[in-house]
Amino acid sequence: MPLLPDLRPDFPLLARTVRNGKPLVYLDSGATAQKPHAVLNAEAEFYQFHNGAVQRGAHLLAEEATDMYESARAQVAEFVGAEPDEIVWTENATHAINLVANGIANASVGIGGTESARFRVGPGDEIVVTQTEHHANLIPWQMLAAKTGATLRWIEVDDDGRMILDDLESVVTERCKVLAFTHASNVTGIVSRVDVLVARAKAVGALTVLDACQSVPHLPVNAKALDVDFLVMSAHKMLGPTGIGALYGRKELLDTLPPSQFGGSTVKVVTMDTTTWLDSPHRFEAGTQPIAQAIGMGAAVKYLSDLGMEAVEAHEQELATMLRQGVADLPGVRLLGPVAADAGTSDMLAIAAFVVDGVHTHDVGQVLDDRGIAVRVGHHCNQPLHRHFGIAGSTRASAHVYTQPEDIDALIAALADVRTFFGVAA
Amino acid sequence: MSALEQMYQQVIMDHAREAHGRGLVDLGLPHTGESHQVNTTCGDEVRLRVVLDGDTIKSISWEGSGCSISQASISMLTELIEGEDLEMADETFEAFKALMHAKGQGLDEQREDMLGDATAFVGVGKYPARIKCALLGWMALKDAIIQAQKGAPA
Repeated sequence: MPLLPDLRPDFPLLARTVRNGKPLVYLDSGATAQKPHAVLNAEAEFYQFHNGAVQRGAHLLAEEATDMYESARAQVAEFVGAEPDEIVWTENATHAINLVANGIANASVGIGGTESARFRVGPGDEIVVTQTEHHANLIPWQMLAAKTGATLRWIEVDDDGRMILDDLESVVTERCKVLAFTHASNVTGIVSRVDVLVARAKAVGALTVLDACQSVPHLPVNAKALDVDFLVMSAHKMLGPTGIGALYGRKELLDTLPPSQFGGSTVKVVTMDTTTWLDSPHRFEAGTQPIAQAIGMGAAVKYLSDLGMEAVEAHEQELATMLRQGVADLPGVRLLGPVAADAGTSDMLAIAAFVVDGVHTHDVGQVLDDRGIAVRVGHHCNQPLHRHFGIAGSTRASAHVYTQPEDIDALIAALADVRTFFGVAA
Repeated sequence: MSALEQMYQQVIMDHAREAHGRGLVDLGLPHTGESHQVNTTCGDEVRLRVVLDGDTIKSISWEGSGCSISQASISMLTELIEGEDLEMADETFEAFKALMHAKGQGLDEQREDMLGDATAFVGVGKYPARIKCALLGWMALKDAIIQAQKGAPA
């Protein structure tokens, strides 16, 4: 499969040097991606020429700002195959998941009345997650269970971190009201069987919430084709700014899910003791929104769309194979998860989390950093999965559109020296 | 010496491999205090126990897991502080904290003498993310002493 052209000239940060003049090898895109000029310029131009409050004000700047802000929403919507009014701006993906979980909690105590009744959960109901979730797609559901008396259950994973779907019917039952799961693991890089999970959720009438943080930046993702009810994404992993993310929700669900953050710009009629809300997305966007960041996110999805997500996917599949095989082949290094995608299933992300025998993850990261190689160390906000693997943490390398094979070569070469440095090589 | 070699000096590597005081000791004495500290960024943890005899730190023992910096630091503090009095422990901790915040520059001779081999951690001060690793055991020591002073029974 073909690689993308070398895109590093589009990303000014990648030209800098680190640690006494070494070229930067940036392999921490799973944590946050670097930003192209197109995104940086979009934000700067907004502030330099168009800054104004959106959806209010009668002046030209307010009109231009509103138009740019809503155009960005339409771009993000198109990017994931949705309609603009099915996209809610959020602070990040964590906020988006909390928005759904807290909305369900509010419906469960009667907020939103009968039109929100379909979201109610309570004792006897079940919320199902998986053992491979990022904390952001676990804790909000733990809290929802605690608030409502519902029971939290989870789909377990096997020794390689694959969700065990053989007995899905016994875990996702008629009692299941919400099934929340990741599209792609931020540790193992495994892409989930969304088709199987969604089919089961539909069979039992459960809502589906898809954490697409790690998939949307790297694979073509179409919310309608996946047929999920909610999907969350995070701009800063998609080459966009921090401080902005988005929630996709099916329109009829977003129009009836109660908000959980209350304030200006969200309401139809307010009396001293009652409030009715606007339709989505505005009912969820209380207070002044991160306008420049939304415009930056729009520019980011345009940049990715111009590359073509099929081309991005092909590039990253090539890198995934190099990266995962390269790490797996190193003596004394344990790769978490399978080397390659299972036959007949989908892709792997270009992510490799691993453990170096006899060397703590922090120490591995330090040696790599000394060579100018930036990776993530620790539990990557996924303690249960690391515990399942019998470890406290791992070192994680992750690629993006600007990653080139020589970045992976640099990583593999440096890793080969780590055990020698710490005197644990056989 | 590169910054990396300055951080992982041989004496640190030695202590990380052969740590002193590892394995909790139960002396069955009064004025025993224990503290459990976790580095939330990486999950490293230590459970450290001290036994006080008046103003003297009679025993330090611990169990835990972590990076070479955290393990070596706990090992060295065990060597440095066991048998010392509380005032000396406090002064040594202050000196160690100063070393951590010296950005790799070292301290005056008097304080470096007090720290002995632990002066080798000077290189950690250049890496803000690692200072927590080096301080993990010291935070546990400080807390365990407070627990012991409360007269917690053995």
